[in-house]
Parts: sequence; structure tokens; C-alpha cells
Amino acid sequence: MAISYDEVVAKYDPVLGLEVHVELNTESKMFCSCSTVFGGEPNTQTCPVCLALPGALPVVNARAIESTIKIGLALNCQIAPYSRFARKNYFYPDMPKNFQISQYDEPICFDGYVDVEIDTDEGLKEFRIEVERVHMEEDTGKSLHVGGATGRIHGADYSLLDYNRAGIPLVEIVTKIVPGTGKYAPEVARAYVAELRDILRGLGVSDVKMEQGSLRCDANVSLKPMGSDVLGTRSETKNVNSLRSVERAIRGEMIRHAELLDAGAKVKQETRHFQEDTGLTRSGRSKEQAEDYRYFPEPDLVPVAPDAAWIEELRKALPERPSLRRKRLKQEWNVPDKEMAAMVNADVLDIVEATVVLGADPTKARSWWLGEISRIANDKEVSVTELAITPADVAEIVALVNKGELTDKLARQVVEGVVAGEGTPAEVVAKRGIKVVNDDGALMAAIEKVCSEQPDTAQKVRDGHIPAAGALIGAVMKETKGQADAARVRELLLGHLGQPVN
Amino acid sequence: MINQTAAAMSEALVKGEVTSTQLTQAHLDRISDVDTSVKAFLHVDAEGALAQAARVDADRSSGKKLHPLAGIPLALKDVLTQDGIPTTAGSKILQGWKPQYDSTVVSKIKEAGIVILGKTNMDEFAMGSSTENSAYGPTFNPWDLSRTPGGSSGGSAAAVSAFEAPLAIGSDTGGSIRQPAALTGIVGVRPTYGAVSRYGLIAYSSSLDQAGPFGRTVLDTALLHDVMAGHDPKDATSINGKFPDVVSAAQKRDVKGLKIGVIKQLQGEGYQKGVQARFDESLQVLASLGAEIIEVDCPSFEYALAAYYLIAPSECSSNLARFDAMRYGLRVGDSDGASAEAVMSATRNAGFGHEVKRRIILGAYALSSGYYDAYYGSAQKIRTLIIQDYAKAFAQADVLVSPTAPTTAFKIGEKSNDPIAMYLGDVATIPVNLAGICGMSLPAGLADEDGLPVGFQIMAPAMCDDRLYNVGGALEAALASQWGGHLISKAPALGGSK
Repeated sequence: MAISYDEVVAKYDPVLGLEVHVELNTESKMFCSCSTVFGGEPNTQTCPVCLALPGALPVVNARAIESTIKIGLALNCQIAPYSRFARKNYFYPDMPKNFQISQYDEPICFDGYVDVEIDTDEGLKEFRIEVERVHMEEDTGKSLHVGGATGRIHGADYSLLDYNRAGIPLVEIVTKIVPGTGKYAPEVARAYVAELRDILRGLGVSDVKMEQGSLRCDANVSLKPMGSDVLGTRSETKNVNSLRSVERAIRGEMIRHAELLDAGAKVKQETRHFQEDTGLTRSGRSKEQAEDYRYFPEPDLVPVAPDAAWIEELRKALPERPSLRRKRLKQEWNVPDKEMAAMVNADVLDIVEATVVLGADPTKARSWWLGEISRIANDKEVSVTELAITPADVAEIVALVNKGELTDKLARQVVEGVVAGEGTPAEVVAKRGIKVVNDDGALMAAIEKVCSEQPDTAQKVRDGHIPAAGALIGAVMKETKGQADAARVRELLLGHLGQPVN
Repeated sequence: MINQTAAAMSEALVKGEVTSTQLTQAHLDRISDVDTSVKAFLHVDAEGALAQAARVDADRSSGKKLHPLAGIPLALKDVLTQDGIPTTAGSKILQGWKPQYDSTVVSKIKEAGIVILGKTNMDEFAMGSSTENSAYGPTFNPWDLSRTPGGSSGGSAAAVSAFEAPLAIGSDTGGSIRQPAALTGIVGVRPTYGAVSRYGLIAYSSSLDQAGPFGRTVLDTALLHDVMAGHDPKDATSINGKFPDVVSAAQKRDVKGLKIGVIKQLQGEGYQKGVQARFDESLQVLASLGAEIIEVDCPSFEYALAAYYLIAPSECSSNLARFDAMRYGLRVGDSDGASAEAVMSATRNAGFGHEVKRRIILGAYALSSGYYDAYYGSAQKIRTLIIQDYAKAFAQADVLVSPTAPTTAFKIGEKSNDPIAMYLGDVATIPVNLAGICGMSLPAGLADEDGLPVGFQIMAPAMCDDRLYNVGGALEAALASQWGGHLISKAPALGGSK
């Protein structure tokens, strides 16, 4: 029974709840001194503590507490003067202690909010997402299920355990329920996660790479009939690994719920897994019998009681909020909404700003990063920041063009050279012998050659058919290996063929 | 030589009258001689002990400055990890496990040059008061081999009492050092919570566990206490401050003008006649030395046992979750196609003993949603009340005292089927653990009715461990002069000829 998204939102009002897990980028783990570097050989980054050997004890990583407080402050939270860790008890092979050290009823940060802006039918509209809590916990290890068709535990021949990730500091950011987003629920959720990602990146506390799992989002969705005050049953979708997936997962769940409700069926309270290929979710473990985690205060750790003066220092040192920064840059650079959105989507804002700071004109800087350089990055399937070209290089290229030492076309060759690792723009220019041909004599020789090769076209121009000059100019440029200034070629050519140069 | 105090052995080593190798060998011989009947040790590391002794001897002859206890043998409760040495915590579930790291206590005693003879028997995961809950069979009391040495550190206490080692280390969660010390006629101290690092101490109940020393005299015990205590960055609950000088205190022995508080709730009814008699006599001795004896009221102590048997099982239900067959220890039911969950379940069923299972189930229940407030929550409130009772009592008295245990050593099997009777034996020791303060048990003589040792308990505020040693030292000296020697000299010789 297919139902369209428009029909869903005409009939039902979605309520969201978002839980975001962020791996902090501390050098050592949450409760021991093991390295947190991603991608090490399995089980090489372990010790008695993170393997839960008998007798081993946890000690809190002070840097992780600092990072969490910074996150709380950036999300407008209150910082608890006293908070405790708690044990969340459940058995799972990749969790060495069979309990996770987390925070339960005493989180370190609480009662915050994040504002996001959405392009709606009525223009830009702001939504406030209220943050219930920000708390610290530790990550689990990883299970690798070998054999079987699906890579899942069912049907696997055996499983391997890698504890390198066990004990990596995690921060969990939980929203209050988010009502009133209507048909924009998927976009609001996406904008929220994007804004969080930008805030966290700005704080420098996490790599925030969704594809590597350093930022993970669980999306809770429920529907209630339009006008009802009673919340519907929610599902929780995990495994949402990109911004686009956040949007797709929520849209998909809204449709799935509506289909069930329309058919008079009940939505099951359960965990579901998002599938990137289909955009649909599949059922995970049922949550109908709520698990009893037997939380109690972690007796191996002392309470966290951050000094109030220190919190104020951290507050003062917070970087500019990304949304405010975007507004400021939009104004300073005088960029239209669409262009600004394009830069944000392409993730080039930081790099463009860095280029502008080095003296480049904002429009030029933007068009290089968003145009030619993004194109190269796409071809290579990497992000622009991973290319060998830096903001300084681009600023230098823009300057060379401004001085007339490069044409736009030549500048593209220089970009290509820098990306290929041939050195700085100046070095590429020198090595490749790139220069604008300014010698009128050499240009005239080329013009005469081209005119004698294409006498019919030359005649058309002589007869006053100016557009025909384009072909000749192109040929001259080719003759001079693109090193000529096209405008000068035009001037000389038209003069040569007895036409006025406007 | 083995009948000497550790302090005397230390002097003999310094004077060159004996080498550590000879001393160590003498104790290893004693172990082979009597441990078949006492069964204090689960593992004897003769090779490692003699190697450490040889190192100390070499250092001594090269003129290196050594710790006073360098070269002295010691028995280690099997609850502390020692790199490469089998460590079981008295449980089948850890059979065959060799730790890859030293506990902080072991690092410190190794660094002091102390010689570790081996690992001693204990109630499984320190849960018990008789050492009968060990998966490897009970330890027997050297004073009467038909009786238990108490527990859970029964192996360590018996080893010291049977002259298999002059010093031993135990752990005390509800009385597991003090009660066996009382039942075997030696000295045992549970230090202030946080004074001795718990890193590498296999956890039973994290908020109550504390490792501590055994010796045959107050001074010997102080010498070992001094080595064990100190801040450890690897234990978040470790105290970072100035530690009292327990060795000087043990030699000070001056109780003149001190106020000694007798806890009303921890005497009289329920205490064996001979236990009460020796306790009362010790009070008279202290009074004759110039101390003022007063009575203090601790009304909440009535609920201490109940609170303990909710808090300790709750914490243990979580602490023992790591024993799941995935990374170390026993693995049962790992047949083709068995799920991890099934293997965990089968292993835990086969690997844990009855008392451990009883406490895990009790604790899991007390923490479960809907019961948490009534059980774990209420127990924590009682804990606060007990702390307040102590605070009021210590405002009136410098130290508090009671009999260590209500009875002398009981027969093997006597209480095995009656857990409540067994739990009641800890009534006087448990309040110390709940409040995180320190306590000592030292010999107060033999009960007339059975001729078995009676323990006298001294309690002091947190980080005032020196008071235990001052008062204990004074009482010990006065009693020894009455008896013409330490009580331990009256212990049976056992099979030993040396």
C-alpha cells in the first residue's frame, strides 16, 4: 500500500528525537593511556584496563572531560558542578567488562539548544532543537563476523574481536523530543546533524567523520495524527552514516510508520538498521521488553567536579558559532544564498576563508575552490582538503592572474601542476615554462599564418562579419600553445583585418 | 629462624647472620613440611622466590642501600595479580590464568626487595569468612586443624600463623583480614580506604575492598603497611595526601590520656563468653596504661550487615561480569555452532561456586529497575548513617574498640549450610568497610572454653592508621609481658621439626 510523502505529512505530524555519538580525538582512550589512532592492527592498542583483565581499574582522561565541557558550552548547555559516571550493565562479547562506563542520571552537561535554518516554502525559517543532555562514555570493541552471506552474526562461521576501539572516548548528545517540524522533519534533522558536525569541527574535539564512524546518529521517529497530543510509538534507526542518510532514513521511517498506521497496524518499538543501498530500514532487536541495564554509580571513579573558573575560561575561548560565522561571511563576501549553500554543501567554507585571508578576492577564491578544484577532487574521489593544493597556492594563482602574468586558462594548468605535486604555483610556472605571450611580433606572425591557412574565414571578417573572428582567435591561441592573452590577440587580429576594435 | 619476627629477621640479614636465600629456603622447607595439612598456599613459586632472594643477597653484598624488609619472605593472597604467576582468586573460572601485569601492591613489595613465596588460598573472589568457599578446597587453622582459619584471607593468615611466612598480604572487604587474623592469633590491618592502591586487586566490591598487611607483631605489620600504602595514579580512588607514619607509631606505644571508645552495639549478647572476657581484660590493660575508657553509641550499626549484603553483592554482580570466557580463564561449552552467549552462560555456570552465584543473583536483583531504590538506594543511606555514627563517636574518642569476631575459630563445615550464621560473624568488622576507615585486629589471648585465639579490634578515622599501631603496640607489649611472650609462641608446632 504505497503512500506518498505528501500524503504522510498531510495526515500525520512527525516527532523526532536524535542521539548523536561523537568519538573524541583525544590521544589516549577514555580510561587508560592506550592510543586512539584509527586503523591499527587488531588488538595492538590495548592494555589490562581496556581488555578488562582482572584487577585493572579505569582512570578518567582529563582531556576528554575538557572536550565534553567545550561541547556542552557550544551547545548552550548548563555544566553540572558535580556529575558521576555510572555502569550500564549488559553482556556483549565486544564489551570487555560486560558493562559500559557511561553517565546516567547525572550527566556533565544538560539543557542546551541548537538553532538551524531551513529553506522552506515560506523562505528561510529557523528551528530550535533543544538538547537534553551531553554525557561521556566509552566505545565498545568491534566484532567481525566471518563466513555466512551477510557479514552479520547470524549465519557466521565464527567471529573475531578487535578491542582497539574499546575505551575510545565517546560523547553522546541527546535532544529532547523535537515536535513541530512537519514536512521539514528530514531536512531539520539533517541540518541539526550538519550544524553539530560544524560546531564539533570548529571546537577541534573530534574528526567528525561520519563514514569512519567518528560521528554516528541514531534517529528516533514517531508519528501522531494531525492535531493529536498523544505521542506515537517510536522506532530508533541506527547505522545512519551520512548527512544524506539522516534525511533519507527519517523520510523512509515516516512513510513506513504511516503505512502501518493507515493499515490499522501498530508500530513496533524497536531498533532498526538503515540500509544505504535501498534507503530503507530493517528490523533489529526488539525493544518491547525494555532492557534493564542495572545502572549504578561507578564505584571505581570519583565524581567529576569541574572548577567554575575553569569552565568560564573554556567558555571565553570558544570559537565563533558556525551559523553566525556563515552569516558574517555571507555579508562580508556579498554572496547570494544559493552560492553560500553551495559552499557549505561542498564543505569548502574553511578553505575559501583561508584563501581570502591570504589576500584573494572572495569571488575568485570561491570560484576556484568550488569550480576547477572541486572538479579535480570529484574525479579523484577525494575531498578538496585532501588535494596537494593549499589556500596559499590559490591566493598566489589569483594574484598572478590579477597581475596579468597568467590567463585563466594558463592558471588552470598551474592548478593542475600544483595538484600533481609539481610544487608551488611559481615553481609550476617556471618548470612548465608557462607564460603569457606579450610579444606582439610573435602574435602577428601567428595571426598572419592563421589567416593564410583560413583565407575564407579571414575574408568574412574583412567583410565585417565579426563573430567569425572567434575561430581565428582560437586557432591563434592554439598556435601559441594557449600562452597568449586572448584579448590582445583579438585586438591585433581585428586591426590586421581592418575592423574597428571597440 | 622462621619463628622470629620479621623485624628480627631483618636485623639478622643486615648483620649478615643469615642470607635471604637461607631464610627463603627455610620457609620453603617449612611450607613443604606443614602445608600438606594447613593448605595455606594455592601456588608456591620456589624458583621466583629464590631468584629474588639471590638478587637481594647480591645487592646487599655490593653495599646497595636496601629497604628494611628486603629479603624477607611474604605470602600473597591470590586476589592480587603478579606478572606470570597463576592467579585464581580462589575460583575455577580463572584456573590457568597468568596475569600479564603486576598489581601496584606487588610492584611495591618487589621494589622493596620482599620475597614472594607464593599465592595463598581464599574464599572464591573473597566472598566468605572461612576460606571454605575456595574452589580448591579449604585451608585449615594451624591452632586446630579441624577448624577454619576464618576468611576470606584464610590462606594468608594461616601461613603467618603456621610460620610458613613471617608476613602476608590479604584483602578486607567486610573483615577478611581482621577476622582471620583474630582466628589465627596474629595481627591484621585493614588500612583506610584509598591508602593502598586497588590496581591489580581482583575486585569483589570496589567501594569496600582494601588490601592490607598481616604479621605476627604490630611492628612487623606496620613495616609491611608502610611498603603497601601510598598514592597511585592508576587507581582513581587512591588518596593523594600525606600518609601517617605507622612504623613510628608502632614503636611509640603511648596511650596515656587517650580516649578509647567501646562501641555499645558490638559487645555482650551474641559474643562468646571467652571472647568477651579477653576483650574486657584488654580494656583493663589499656586503662592501666593510662587510657580513658568510655562507651559510645552507634545505633545504625544494627543495619550494617544488611546494608553490606546489598552493596557488596550489587557491586560484585557487575565486577564479576567480565568473567565471560571471551578473553581469559575457563571456557566451557565451546562446541561447533555454540553462540557466544551460550558459551558465556555455560562457563559462568561451571566456573563460579555457590556463594559467588548467590551474591551475583542477589546483587543483580538489588540493582534491577523497580528495586534499586528499596535495596541499593536504602543500603547507601544506611552507609551514610554509619559514617555519621562514626563521626560522632570519633568526636568523643581517639579510637574505638570491639571484639574482632563474636566467636573463636569454628569447625570446618559448621556454618557452610547456614549463610546467615556465617554472615553474622562479620557484624563487628563490616562497619569499618562501610565507612571507609581503618581497623586492626590483634591477639587478646585464648578463650578459656576452647583454648583458641581471640581478636581485639581497634578502629580509627580515615588516614589515622597510625593510631591503630600506637594503641595496638601498647596493648601488645603489655599483654606479652603478662604472658611471657607473644601469643603466637603458644601455637601448636604442627608437623614441623625446624
